[in-house]
Amino acid sequence: MSQADSSPQTYAQTPLGDWHRSAGAKMVPFAGYEMPIQYESIVSEHHACRNAAALFDVSHMGRLRFDGDGSEALLDRLLTRRVTDLPIGGVRYGMVCNPDGGILDDVLVSHLKTPSESRYHLLVVNASNREKIVEWIKPLLDDFPRVTFSDRTELTAMIAVQGPLAMETCKRLFSFDPSRLKYYQARITDQFSKPVIVSRTGYTGEDGFELVVRAEEATRVWENVLLAGRDAGFVPAGLGARDTLRMEAAMPLYGHELDETVDPITAGLNFACNLDDRDFIGRDAIAAVKSAGPRRVRIGLLPGGRRPAREGCDVLSTDGQVIGKITSGGPSPTLGYPIAMAMVDAEHATASEFEIDIRGKRSPATRVKLPFYRRAKK
Amino acid sequence: MSRDKSKLLYAETHEWVDVAEEGGQKIATIGISGFAIEQLNDLVYMELPEVGKTIDAGEEFGEVESVKAVSPLYSPVGGEVIEVHAELPDNLDQLNDDPYDFGWIVKLKIADESALENLMDFAAYEKQCAESG
Repeated sequence: MSQADSSPQTYAQTPLGDWHRSAGAKMVPFAGYEMPIQYESIVSEHHACRNAAALFDVSHMGRLRFDGDGSEALLDRLLTRRVTDLPIGGVRYGMVCNPDGGILDDVLVSHLKTPSESRYHLLVVNASNREKIVEWIKPLLDDFPRVTFSDRTELTAMIAVQGPLAMETCKRLFSFDPSRLKYYQARITDQFSKPVIVSRTGYTGEDGFELVVRAEEATRVWENVLLAGRDAGFVPAGLGARDTLRMEAAMPLYGHELDETVDPITAGLNFACNLDDRDFIGRDAIAAVKSAGPRRVRIGLLPGGRRPAREGCDVLSTDGQVIGKITSGGPSPTLGYPIAMAMVDAEHATASEFEIDIRGKRSPATRVKLPFYRRAKK
Repeated sequence: MSRDKSKLLYAETHEWVDVAEEGGQKIATIGISGFAIEQLNDLVYMELPEVGKTIDAGEEFGEVESVKAVSPLYSPVGGEVIEVHAELPDNLDQLNDDPYDFGWIVKLKIADESALENLMDFAAYEKQCAESG
């Protein structure tokens, strides 16, 4: 056991910070915020999400708003994904890359219409990348003088409601029934006349939705959803379960599977790149990787035995050559055994057997198709 | 047999030590505190040392792993491993309920008793836990 780090430092609080603490959450620093890592236990929160639904405070994620003519064109230059044809109510996953194709962030962009019929785009970015992305966007604004750019993160809160019972249980909580949205659709509705953005998106591999509300409404909406789902088994869940859930669903996490040394093709995110008939920052570099083939590939591994392989462990071919590294790994609560994602040299990526160096001990591992977990389709 | 946690010695790194005399030899039985186990939560794996291995005071002798993280186990005292609790890694859920009896991890033949002087008594350890929240 290691000693606790008691160095004094202050972290930002989300609008739900007091709620988490009064609920007995264990709080940890994350991307400049103090966030709940767990309330009861990571495993029980994980299972609640797979079997009923879990609520996650994701207010630390950045919410950037683009109003005015040219917003589509600006975002279309910024993102690997086409934005100019994103209809109102549409959501797309894409990446912000540098000119070399290195991933600066992975993001969601939504096209929304307000009750007063004005429309805007909302970009949701990773908490740890928010400042970097804001600074990256600023120079682009000179070319789009009619775009108003605003960072809405501090003024709003974001709540993810994820699990098989999320849609059914929350049908009547808002003026608009979220289950009428298709996957990757969003719209602005309200609860008690207070605006709520509801989006059928998530990061757990389950069905569900994400809400953006004004900061001062956050606790009320959070408690309202929790109460509605009380009999169905809804629980609040922390970042610990969020990580094990996304890992099972093989969703990449920035700083682990993705960073500036990885391009979208290498990350296995070809689907989130529209390379044809458009230009965006990093396009040519990404197209070159696509035509030459990536040098590294993201794969799924099952370490033999019960000892989890963690991020940073070396991955070796069966002849003992180091050919990559684990990017995320740990026990899978749903499957009951350890899982891991790795970035390995492309020429070895099709092998079926590997070895992992887990802190000095070699452990055999078998390659499996990603994702590790896929929910049953209704 | 039931071990009284208030009579054990504790390391800053949350291991407990029970020193007993067996056949003229000082034997240290080592485990991790109930406080530490509660903090770790959701234990999934434990790595034990091999019998016969010699460990220095403060040296890592194994690791305990929760869903979230790996925590090294440090030996509060130096000596030779004479026994390991082999059933423990397969019964980590029982560690929660019984950290001081079922939860023993290793027994060492103590090489140098002086390291014991650096350890805390239960009152001092409780104070450390209260301060770390």
